Amino acid sequence: MVEARPRSTVEAGVQPLRRRPEKQLPYPLSIYQSAVGKKWVMAVTGVVGMAFITMHMLGNLKIYLGAEELNAYADGLRTVGAPFAPHGFLLWGVRLVLLPTLLLHVHAAWWLWRQNRRARPVKYQSKRDYIAADWASRTMTWTGPIVLLFLAFHLLDLTWGTANPDFRHGDVYHNMLASFDRWPVVVAYVAANLALGVHLYHGAWSLFQSLGVNNARINTARRVFATLFAVAIVGGYVSTPIAILIGVIE
Amino acid sequence: MDFTLKVWRQAGPKARGSFETYKASGVSADMSFLEVLDVVNEDLIEKGTEPIAFEHDCREGICGSCGVMINGQAHGPNERTATCQLHMRTFKDGDTITVEPWRAAAFPILRDLVVNRSALDRIIEAGGFISVNTGSAVEANMIPIPKVVSDAAMDAAECIGCGACVAACPNGAAQLFTSAKIQHLNLLPQGQSERWQRTEAMVDKMEEYFGGCTNHGECQFACPKGISIDFIAYMNRDYLKSKVTNRKLGGQGFAT
Amino acid sequence: MELNAHVPAGPIQEQWESDQFNMKLVSPANKRRFEVIVVGSGLAGASAAASLAELGYHVTVFSYHDSPRRAHSIAAQGGINAAKNYQNDGDSVYRLFYDTVKGGDFRSRESNVYRLASLSVNIIDQCVAQGVPFAREYGGMLENRSFGGVQVSRTFYARGQTGQQLLLGAYSALMRQVGLGAVTLVPRTEMLDLVVVDGRAAGVVVRDLTTGEVYSKSAHAVILATGGYGNVYYLSTNAKKSNVTAAWRAHKRGAAFANACYTQIHPTCIPASGEHQSKLTLMSESLRNDGRIWVPKDANDARPAHEIPEADRDYYLERQYPSFGNLVPRDVASRAAKRQVDSGRGVGPLKNGVFLDFAEAIGRLGRSEIQERYGNLFEMYDRISGEDPYGTPMRIYPATHYTMGGLWVDYHLMSTVPGCFVGGEANFSDHGANRLGASALMQGLADGYFVLPYTVGDYLAGLLGQKAVPETHEAFKNAEREVSDQTKRFLGTNGKHSVDHFHRELGAIVWDQIGMERTRSGLEQALRDIPALKADFDRDVRVLGTADGLNSSLEDAGRVADFFELAELLARDALHREESCGGHFRVEHQTPDGEADRDDENFAYVGAWEWKGTGTPQTLHKEQLTFDYVHPAQRSYK
Repeated sequence: MVEARPRSTVEAGVQPLRRRPEKQLPYPLSIYQSAVGKKWVMAVTGVVGMAFITMHMLGNLKIYLGAEELNAYADGLRTVGAPFAPHGFLLWGVRLVLLPTLLLHVHAAWWLWRQNRRARPVKYQSKRDYIAADWASRTMTWTGPIVLLFLAFHLLDLTWGTANPDFRHGDVYHNMLASFDRWPVVVAYVAANLALGVHLYHGAWSLFQSLGVNNARINTARRVFATLFAVAIVGGYVSTPIAILIGVIE
Repeated sequence: MDFTLKVWRQAGPKARGSFETYKASGVSADMSFLEVLDVVNEDLIEKGTEPIAFEHDCREGICGSCGVMINGQAHGPNERTATCQLHMRTFKDGDTITVEPWRAAAFPILRDLVVNRSALDRIIEAGGFISVNTGSAVEANMIPIPKVVSDAAMDAAECIGCGACVAACPNGAAQLFTSAKIQHLNLLPQGQSERWQRTEAMVDKMEEYFGGCTNHGECQFACPKGISIDFIAYMNRDYLKSKVTNRKLGGQGFAT
Repeated sequence: MELNAHVPAGPIQEQWESDQFNMKLVSPANKRRFEVIVVGSGLAGASAAASLAELGYHVTVFSYHDSPRRAHSIAAQGGINAAKNYQNDGDSVYRLFYDTVKGGDFRSRESNVYRLASLSVNIIDQCVAQGVPFAREYGGMLENRSFGGVQVSRTFYARGQTGQQLLLGAYSALMRQVGLGAVTLVPRTEMLDLVVVDGRAAGVVVRDLTTGEVYSKSAHAVILATGGYGNVYYLSTNAKKSNVTAAWRAHKRGAAFANACYTQIHPTCIPASGEHQSKLTLMSESLRNDGRIWVPKDANDARPAHEIPEADRDYYLERQYPSFGNLVPRDVASRAAKRQVDSGRGVGPLKNGVFLDFAEAIGRLGRSEIQERYGNLFEMYDRISGEDPYGTPMRIYPATHYTMGGLWVDYHLMSTVPGCFVGGEANFSDHGANRLGASALMQGLADGYFVLPYTVGDYLAGLLGQKAVPETHEAFKNAEREVSDQTKRFLGTNGKHSVDHFHRELGAIVWDQIGMERTRSGLEQALRDIPALKADFDRDVRVLGTADGLNSSLEDAGRVADFFELAELLARDALHREESCGGHFRVEHQTPDGEADRDDENFAYVGAWEWKGTGTPQTLHKEQLTFDYVHPAQRSYK
């Protein structure tokens, strides 16, 4: 004898933000239909991203070994697996993984941001006093787009070369020097990396929570991990343009 | 002690609200925050103004009725303390205290500081139970439960359902509440048979009303029972597993 | 009015079983056709609603809270008794029965108590199956502790929040039925009248507290599980909203109100800190296991506690009751504290408490052991009083805590209005004149899970084929009008004082004259003062706002108005009961050494009062109590 909803004025007073989709997508896509699933996807894509920026940074550091080392490394990325694999096999393979990873990460973030705004349509009218929600966690929706915008420039600058004053295909060392000779680029690069650092400071901590691998025993350890990771990444990346700008690398 | 209170007044769900300023003088440090509101209300009634509507009942920090934002913090500045257990000795003489209702789409304001939290009941209704009809229970000591498990379940079960986690969360998410309710039952042997259906159904219902978790961790500090966000991680894990398990169970689960 | 308890014949051990067999059954197909209303969503209400819905009846639950889980059962701390005998210490159903009858000072119905004791074991099974996380031993088995002066360990507990966990269990069972559509849950809605048609309960009139709408709901049976009336004292450990209104309006429609004068005063509460005090907080009775109670010998001793030497302290309980010492029962400890404070030897800024000192226990067991045992209570005390009980002794004073009286019910928990059942603290049954610790939760759940689902069915079987009285019936319309008129009257009075003002004044009278010690002259005074104050209230109350929205002053006004009428009955009942027993202590009736002097010859009965209209005193009906199994004896704790 199920009665028509709502069953009381109290119940009628609250409207859902969204209804559960009538038709569930086939598994495992159905996971992505929920916010918890999207957070899980964000964490997994975040881990992939973290792996990429770690490898990328380590590659960058080769610049300190000189032009030859760096260019050879860059060339190696294209020719790895030769003669069996085609030219650029690894590079394109990685790109094929990274692009959807990035798109998923951004889409999930956008969706959650929108959902979370709807969850509190009227903001607090007095000043909030946060205890745990730190600057990093509350600026994820800012640091993310900043990094994204920078990424677009970064690709134009050092991958396609259109934003580079003197781009030479294959001469990574030269391209970097050419780009980082411009101080506004260095400033933007440093700023974007700091944003990335802040993003990682929260993200590298948060992913354990989203993946559900957290428990009381690793709470301190993951905070330490996230901090060290963020510092290492920012330090590793930022050192290069500064070194170029101040002339340590010529 | 004397205080200036800035209190949110709103005549009804659709009305426009605003902060009104009231003086509370001659307050004793031993008074609870709600008792100060009582005194202000007595004054208002004497003056012919309608008293401030606020939710309260047990005034011992267990029923979960009370709860307002005090100076931008859910239940005020003290950790593990519900609004009714907040005493005025926490504040300094002469302080201005701002009082605002919980705000979330799922918690529409009914009047002044009173909000409608029935969405939390909808989550429980979706699966926050163990289906055991009266009379069909087995002997209580038939299933031993390790003390650590029972204690962990109790840590989650302590939730008083006040909604502070939602209020404190920058996203208006109810993850701490939902995870505490889910994990209380999911930890216990009695809760295993419905574990995966329960997790999926309750999370899905939660997402109909509330925002999503982005791991700010604000909720666990606002929680008057100090429930840990570790339970949220646990719920996330169970939710992912439930998607797999419920698929395997096919049409047998009500939530699939 | 005739009081027939309908106690089944036969030996007490077999009564419930034979009664269950003799009850009429309703077939599953017919259960669907019956509508049952449950008012209140505490332990008794939620468990009854869930169980009846599981059986197949359609149940509507009204609660004035925003969620069923807020009911005041949630605040119970200590635990729940059950005769499981897991500790192998000689407990049994019969011993729990015996202890409860004796603890109730021989003023309860033996058959009900025996049924309660025998159902206690099923409650634990049910709650554990629902996921109630009771305390456990390392081996994974349920743990027990001893409680309130009994000699066996039979109390099950979940930290200091047993009531919360049990209520959440019942609430989850209820919400499951809500989800299945078997229960219609109507929160923030207060019952304001019982409608009786042709001598049977036909439904209720309620007010939607958010919209102000007054409407009726008809049903085949109505269950009231609306708690006790401790808030008649204004200051009590009850929740602020707890009230007698639902039970009282039923009383005015013909349900007899029994044993109003049996009110339990709990000895260990935190004393009031001033005029503004809105409620009192209980500190678990278990503190008396290790704390020593004392006051300074000299009423004018102004030194702080730790500077008062042993020689100048009076450990009055240890002195007066050498064998039980600080562990005397609640009523004895409460009265002793009152006498100390009345003699001017009270402690604290308002001289309104006595010390409960842990210094000796901390010295003996060490601070960490005390922390392990009472840490959460000490923290709570510190939070409320701002004093650290590890360093300074706690200050405690008795406060109203539970009311044993309530609507009279028969063995089937049916009131004198057929079709109106009463469960939990709202009824008078089972605890007699005094309730033992950890028995309230047991009674609420026994009523809701295991008694009402049977007895309501038995009643409904007799109504087979009958439709519920339509809500358009004249009786409903009249009742709705009366409720609306009362609301209009409150809003139109426009006097000078708030509802709370009158409630406080009423509480002061009731506490002074009908509190821990009662005298004939005091009660007669109360019977003059209460109606006078009521007249003031009617003339001079100020309720602002409107009737068509959330208006807590308006809600309170109706509740306080009923408290006035109840307070009169409380005084009248206390006045007529010329004896001292349990929670009722008449100064005229004490032994030479100041103990309660019970009069079994003249007062071994339940005093049930019948409403005779406003302004006319209720008339008394007696249900004689017989004690075939537990023979009355004088309680002595010397």
